Amino acid sequence: MNVLVCISNVPDTTSKINFIDNDKLFDTNGVQFIINPNDEFGLTRAIWLQQKDQAIVTVVTVGDISCEPILRKCLAIGANKAVRIDYNALDGFAVAEQLKSLCEKESYDLIICGRESIDYNGGMVGGMLAQMLGFSYITNCISIDLNGNEVEAKREIDGGIETLSSSLPIVIGAQKGLVEESDLIIPNMRGIMQARQKPLDVLASVNSSVKSSVDQFEKPPVKGSVKLVDPENIDELISLLHNEAKVI
Amino acid sequence: MAILVYAESQNGKFKKSSYEAVSYGRALADESNQNLVVISINSEEPKVLANYGPDKVLSIKDASLINFTAQNFANAISEYAKKEEASILVLSSTADSKYFVPLLAVKLDAGLASNVVSSPISISPLVVKRSCFTNKAFNNTTLKGSTNIICVLSNSFGVHEKQSQPEIIEVNTSAYNDNKVKVKSVDKVIGTVSIADADIVVSGGRGLKGPENWHLIEGLASTLGAATACSKPVSDMGWRPHTEHVGQTGKPVASNLYIAIGISGAIQHLAGINASKVKVVINNDSEAPFFKVADYGIIGDAFDVVPKLTEKLKAFKSQ
Repeated sequence: MNVLVCISNVPDTTSKINFIDNDKLFDTNGVQFIINPNDEFGLTRAIWLQQKDQAIVTVVTVGDISCEPILRKCLAIGANKAVRIDYNALDGFAVAEQLKSLCEKESYDLIICGRESIDYNGGMVGGMLAQMLGFSYITNCISIDLNGNEVEAKREIDGGIETLSSSLPIVIGAQKGLVEESDLIIPNMRGIMQARQKPLDVLASVNSSVKSSVDQFEKPPVKGSVKLVDPENIDELISLLHNEAKVI
Repeated sequence: MAILVYAESQNGKFKKSSYEAVSYGRALADESNQNLVVISINSEEPKVLANYGPDKVLSIKDASLINFTAQNFANAISEYAKKEEASILVLSSTADSKYFVPLLAVKLDAGLASNVVSSPISISPLVVKRSCFTNKAFNNTTLKGSTNIICVLSNSFGVHEKQSQPEIIEVNTSAYNDNKVKVKSVDKVIGTVSIADADIVVSGGRGLKGPENWHLIEGLASTLGAATACSKPVSDMGWRPHTEHVGQTGKPVASNLYIAIGISGAIQHLAGINASKVKVVINNDSEAPFFKVADYGIIGDAFDVVPKLTEKLKAFKSQ
């Protein structure tokens, strides 16, 4: 079985978010980049399929050479090979088209994307790729079991869980729950050494249609200071929430 | 040319976020001089939409769309979007809409912006403001498709009533039979408010010391008609189910009121709840980072403050 895990290179969850160039560009100064957390849950799930069913796990990212360290990390975690599509990822539609070109050359049975990246939070690439390829698609996926071509998966919905059946080939949107945080694989020295020998192919981009552009960033307005209420005077809090904030 | 809104319903009733999407569509239609067409699917009350200003309502009754599946909903809405020659589609940013909208965007070859937080900055070119970096920032996105799709974040634009006399067209079909993904079963907690639909969310953290103390959170939540949520450590320790975890890697929250009890306020947690309008913190540690982002705060022991607050709110509600 061939598994493709799509990886986004994102700022660490603790990063301070700042912008430069008149708020037109994200300030990468001092920011550490990590595997998008939702993608990392998916990668670990893929490695389990490799260990149990001898699946071949390929990781792919769409981006410039600065994304290669996280691909090496994916290889150290256990992926068999890595692909970087050399393209400046500005728009979800265009990224899905780049991935589609790879998927048409190779034949993947299972494609795992994170449910969304934690930088642009678009949540669009997985679904777009599935539709472009004509594959099944399940997002917010918290469990997947394979039996031959049959797929049984669970999806988190508002206020509950839905159980779905489908078949390969399929694209899933991974999130926490697909594996637990404590299951995430931390690369060991052997993995890191092996990763240096594993293939990391760079593919040229294909023509794609850019349907959106990000022009300007803005930080939320600075918050006024908190109004403290004495714990002995809870009526005041109720009055503030009712009369001032008007939320109760 | 028309603005087309999909008004999502559940068990025949519209979600509140659907009225917000229709209000958004109305504003867009006024600014761009286009008609506002609203689609409902298996809603029992399409007439209610007349309170929010549509020019036309397509009330679709389709047995094949009773259970939500992303592919069939994308197929249906793309078909009507083409028939109505929609220039811009507006949906709410619910879990179901976010699931099928990428499929829809490919079918319509459309530009797509999710988590949109305000009315468009400009109509031509179409520029919208959306939340990014998990609510740590916003960006202006220009949509460049010949058709474009906007998903509005809940509680951002607001519901604006505007009476109209729309033509209501009932369409009876059974047309959507894609079964690549089938729903086998749905396991939903009945009788509680889900985090996504809630106007108020009451959330507990490690400060509550253990799952046996969650009646404090539940008591306050039921008094307020609120959803319950929790911080990441609480779900990691198994005190509460993962479905309640809110934050950067959990569920996002965009409620009107968010009450954090015994939550210190790690940066990832704050990112996930930042879209909420009013934040209240109850914590005995005055240095807790949550006080920096909250609107109102009580420095005090949750075990002392929360029962009192619940009692006082009960009295307030019964007035």
